[in-house]
Amino acid sequence: MSELRIVNLHVNVNGREILKGVNLTIHKGEIHALMGPNGTGKSTLAYTLMGHPSYEVTEGEVWYKGQNILELEADQRAHLGLFLAFQYPVAIPGVSVANFLRAAINARRRIANPEDKGIPIPEFRKELKKVMDLLKVDHSFASRYLNDGFSGGEKKRAEIIQMAMLKPEIAIMDETDSGLDIDALRIVSEGVNALRGPNLGVLIITHYQRILNYIKPDYVHIMMDGRIVESGGPDLALHLEEHGYDWLKNKIEMTF
Amino acid sequence: MATPVVVTKKRREELLESPQFPFTERDLPIWAQDGDIPEALKEYHLRAWGLFQTIPMPSLTDEAWRRTDIRGLKASELTLYPVLQKRSLRPPRDLLKPLVGKKHGGQVVLVPAHAATVSVDEEWQKKGVIFTDLKTARKHHAEFLLSTLGQIVRPEEGKFAALAAAFAEDGVVLYIPSGVRLKAPLHSVIWSPGVRLARFTRLLIWLDDDSELTFVHEMASPDQGEGQSFHAGIVEIHVGKGAHLTFVEMQSWGRDVWNFTHERARVERDGTLDWIFGSVGSQLTKTFMEIDLIGEGATGKMSGFYFTDGDQHLDHDTQQNHLAPHTTSDLLFKGALQDRSRSVWQGMIYVAPGAQKTDGYQANRNLTLSPYARADSIPGLEIMANDVRCTHGATVGKIDEEQLFYLLSRGISRNEAIRLIVEGFFEPIMERVPYGGVRQRFRTAIKQKIE
Repeated sequence: MSELRIVNLHVNVNGREILKGVNLTIHKGEIHALMGPNGTGKSTLAYTLMGHPSYEVTEGEVWYKGQNILELEADQRAHLGLFLAFQYPVAIPGVSVANFLRAAINARRRIANPEDKGIPIPEFRKELKKVMDLLKVDHSFASRYLNDGFSGGEKKRAEIIQMAMLKPEIAIMDETDSGLDIDALRIVSEGVNALRGPNLGVLIITHYQRILNYIKPDYVHIMMDGRIVESGGPDLALHLEEHGYDWLKNKIEMTF
Repeated sequence: MATPVVVTKKRREELLESPQFPFTERDLPIWAQDGDIPEALKEYHLRAWGLFQTIPMPSLTDEAWRRTDIRGLKASELTLYPVLQKRSLRPPRDLLKPLVGKKHGGQVVLVPAHAATVSVDEEWQKKGVIFTDLKTARKHHAEFLLSTLGQIVRPEEGKFAALAAAFAEDGVVLYIPSGVRLKAPLHSVIWSPGVRLARFTRLLIWLDDDSELTFVHEMASPDQGEGQSFHAGIVEIHVGKGAHLTFVEMQSWGRDVWNFTHERARVERDGTLDWIFGSVGSQLTKTFMEIDLIGEGATGKMSGFYFTDGDQHLDHDTQQNHLAPHTTSDLLFKGALQDRSRSVWQGMIYVAPGAQKTDGYQANRNLTLSPYARADSIPGLEIMANDVRCTHGATVGKIDEEQLFYLLSRGISRNEAIRLIVEGFFEPIMERVPYGGVRQRFRTAIKQKIE
């Protein structure tokens, strides 16, 4: 039961239905790309999976490790192994990257073992340095306040640094590519590729095919108007790049 | 049919009376038999006592007291002579720990009704530094005391200033001669166990020209859980020409304490004062803190934090007085509030006529962690000169839900997330704290509040 299974998910935001029955299963080891035009519900799906309180689930379930995670708080979902790389990471002034990461790592360790004394500081530092090198950021990054005054690229790198440190099993990347120049995109993608493996399932949410040149997906899904309307292999993304979304609109009209 | 009962809501105001202190002239500390007290000082106490009797008890109709109701103070139950258990007289070890490095340059510890514990590096004493308790200073440094004590805060300034001036023989006296620059910080602790104790203290810090000092002053008492205790204090600071003082003050009175202080620093030409202040204790506090910048080029910086919970009420009234041209002041006060607690910050920048090229700044930021907590933030400017730069800002906000969600999404629990956000909120104050040990003390106080 190590797959994330989204079943008929309906979600309202401010009383308006945004997700209208999403079905999607992500196994560990797989990389899924979720594409689609603006305002079709991709980010709503990301926030709902992580448990943001503003997103109201009206129908459906999300199963992971034998639990309907919709019943869990965001921190409990994280303990199960979920991770969301935010499109707009939030600044926490006065809290350094290192302090924050140590708090997050220790929270998980304590869930696994209430007696845990926390990660030894030398071990933590060593690992953080390794990850910062992977994402090509200066080591002084660790003592900066989390996302506070970070450039767009630094914020996205910080998200991947967190992902690397927290070692999730299912990672949702919400438009991690937006606002990145080509060099930054490559560094971030290399970071993700380095984490790739049989124990990690990824859902990459994006408008553009561009990031998929660097992170090769196993599956591509297209979301329109709150539903997944088309699924396929990596070729589907290339097809989109060439033909846009219009051919799908016709397809939806034919279906409904 | 029963007669309808008419319920009239009687306003609380009508039911409460102003506090009545049980003390008399005979209780003043000047009648001691040992004859150590100079006549002039006796007169000072008597004059303060007279003023105390004539100044009316502050009430909600006084502008400075509009938001702080002291009618709950059971003054009549207070005593000058509490029953003290020997064990309770020893301050907690943490309070006595050196805050910087392994050693203090000197330490004064005051407990009620007992002799002070004083230690000071001999090397400093040879250079003329005075660092001792008030009673000892009265005996050995009477001349210095008579020329300085009571000059900066006068008993006329308020009911509690008069009361403290009349009764305080408990205190710390600190004098740094001209040109002496102390490398190691000095530390004093006022520890106040005693149920229903009325404690009066004063602190005199006098830096002559071109001297330098870091001084850490802590006021604390245990949570006694019964009765009300009381503290009235006076803090007087003189920073001479070109002198530099870093003054760290930590208030962590027990929850039974009603605390009233008048504190003022006077800074002369090119002197600088860096005043750092933490306030977490007491049931109710009303503190007047002022900086008088009296010489050209004088600088005063005030950085404060308060953190309240339960039904605490902390009121800090600050004043930055620019009384000479080319003076600079910078105030940052940050507060967090839990439960049903309340804070008041009322700040004023005053620029005297002719105090041109003044640069004054004040900011107060509050974070309310409970819907029942309330922070009042009242900045003020009174500018009588025309070539100045004065700015202020005041905010009251709640924990940001998006910040909370971000931290939760990383597996951090709600309580832990709030702790991180609050610690981060206070971090700009911590950055102004000069020593790691002091920072640690402040951080521990914050942590204890959240847990």
